[in-house]
Amino acid sequence: MISVNKLNVAYGQSAIIHDISLQAEEKEIVAVMGKNGMGKTTLMKSLIGLLRPVSGSIELDGVDVTAWESYQRVAQGIAYVPQGRQIFSQLTVEENILTGLDPKSPQKIQLFEEVYAMFNVLYDMRKRKGGNLSGGQQQQLAIARALVSEPKVLLLDEPTEGIQPSIIKDIARLLNEIKETKNLAIIVTEQVLSFTVDIADRMFVIESGRFQHEDVRGSINEEKIKAFLSV
Amino acid sequence: MGITNIFSGYTGEELLSIFTMQGFSSLSLFSVFLLMALGLAIIFGQMKIINMAHGEFLTAGAYTTVIMSDMVVKYMPGLLPYYFIFAIIAAFIVAFALGYIVELSLVRFLYKRPLDTLLATWGVSMILQQGFRLVFGGREDSANLPDWLMGSWYPTETIAIPLNGLFLLGTSVVVTLLVYFLLFRSRWGLCVRATVLNREMSNAVGINSKRIDRLTFAFGCGIAGVAGAVFTTIGSVSPAAGSLYIVDTFIVVVFGGAGSLLGTIFSAFGIAQLQSIMEFFLTGVLAKVFVLLSVVGILMIRPQGLRSNKVRE
Ligand SMILES: Nc1ncnc2c1ncn2[C@@H]1O[C@H](COP(=O)(O)OP(=O)(O)OP(=O)(O)O)[C@@H](O)[C@H]1O
Ligand SMILES: [Mg+2]
Repeated sequence: MISVNKLNVAYGQSAIIHDISLQAEEKEIVAVMGKNGMGKTTLMKSLIGLLRPVSGSIELDGVDVTAWESYQRVAQGIAYVPQGRQIFSQLTVEENILTGLDPKSPQKIQLFEEVYAMFNVLYDMRKRKGGNLSGGQQQQLAIARALVSEPKVLLLDEPTEGIQPSIIKDIARLLNEIKETKNLAIIVTEQVLSFTVDIADRMFVIESGRFQHEDVRGSINEEKIKAFLSV
Repeated sequence: MGITNIFSGYTGEELLSIFTMQGFSSLSLFSVFLLMALGLAIIFGQMKIINMAHGEFLTAGAYTTVIMSDMVVKYMPGLLPYYFIFAIIAAFIVAFALGYIVELSLVRFLYKRPLDTLLATWGVSMILQQGFRLVFGGREDSANLPDWLMGSWYPTETIAIPLNGLFLLGTSVVVTLLVYFLLFRSRWGLCVRATVLNREMSNAVGINSKRIDRLTFAFGCGIAGVAGAVFTTIGSVSPAAGSLYIVDTFIVVVFGGAGSLLGTIFSAFGIAQLQSIMEFFLTGVLAKVFVLLSVVGILMIRPQGLRSNKVRE
């Protein structure tokens, strides 16, 4: 589905991401664990096209999208839920969802109903400004906005940041559900191990822009990963 | 000369009529200001650049109207009463297309350098003016107006309100409502509002913001074209006609609080009223000085303009 090969990303002269390769297939959740400042957001931004890599390639279903603009990647099937949600605060909930919707999609109405069914609270608040939602509700809105673009690959950058434990459980359940029903590949970055242990099929640890460790489901070495994540 | 002196020599009733008539005649000025400022403000709001060539898009729209009027007189005189509506649409299309080309070939390379855009669009303005001069010559042209645009309406014996002014006002109201509708109900409007709030994120949810930039630039120019079409009802067209308005328009936008549609409307109204009423009592230049001083004074108290967008992060 998505295949990243030897990706290198830099801000000007300062190289941040070093030779990162990873694959994610249909119905698979890949977690990238790492402390603050290790390059998780930088990796995600280069996957969605907000940053241009110095070298390496990103392929989606065999199509090389490395040089593509963000909106083209979205059309091709990548969707992005950024760190800090970044919903459009002055637009209503409904308008926020609409921004992710392809106006030419034949299933516009179904897609809308689907995300409203998934997130009832968004339906109740559809006429409110996005900025007036709580953090957890904004997170749901950001996920809804990403899902209506009918992605094949969903990128989530620290989705549990600033969210209470009971809702974190809800998000975990939700990600498991949509990966099955929508045949998604999901790449999620995190610092909270209890969240990803429940959902990840594969897990990487990123440190200073390099993958230092890899585990697969069933044989996840929690002690070792915790050691990486502790400050 | 004191302010009280200039009013002496008129009776109270005369003064009332003068104020009403000047007030209404200023509505023509208001309409042109409003249409011009709307376009300039939309472009500024979306891309944070000032289009110094904005006046030339008015001129382009005005010449489009003159050409259509000449053709109608020559080939289809029977259509004279109706052509003006089509001229407005044609003026929009011509100015839109011209704006599209200017964005595509020049402006889009300069978005990251606002100061350079200022210079570059100023250059475009001079090129276009010279182009008009080459094609249409330096003399003043005017459109043949249909009869229903001539004459006045007399609500009382001493008050005469010109019909072309009323028509201008009507057009600018309709266009303003249309802009509102498009901004808040269309896909383009949604994309504009999203991009203004967060350009990076707009791209990341699938909006082609560069295409939206191009359409927005062209749309703003198109509105200036409409201003040009209706401008022919109150003035004659010369290659520099539009450039006379760029400074006033700029003041209207800044005074209104850049990026606020409602502020732009109030500001256009206030400045047009003030200018036109003062012009009756003072000379044109003095009236302008008076208007500028008032604007500067108010901007010192409210530097953000009449209304500014309250953006909460
Ligand atoms: N725009 C930028 N210019 C220069 N350096 C940057 C920029 N953004 C991030 N960095 C640097 O890149 C490194 C990785 O940052 P990044 O935001 O990817 O970390 P992160 O893993 O997402 O951290 P967090 O968990 O705090 O979100 C950091 O050292 C940071 O200082
Ligand atoms: Mg981050």
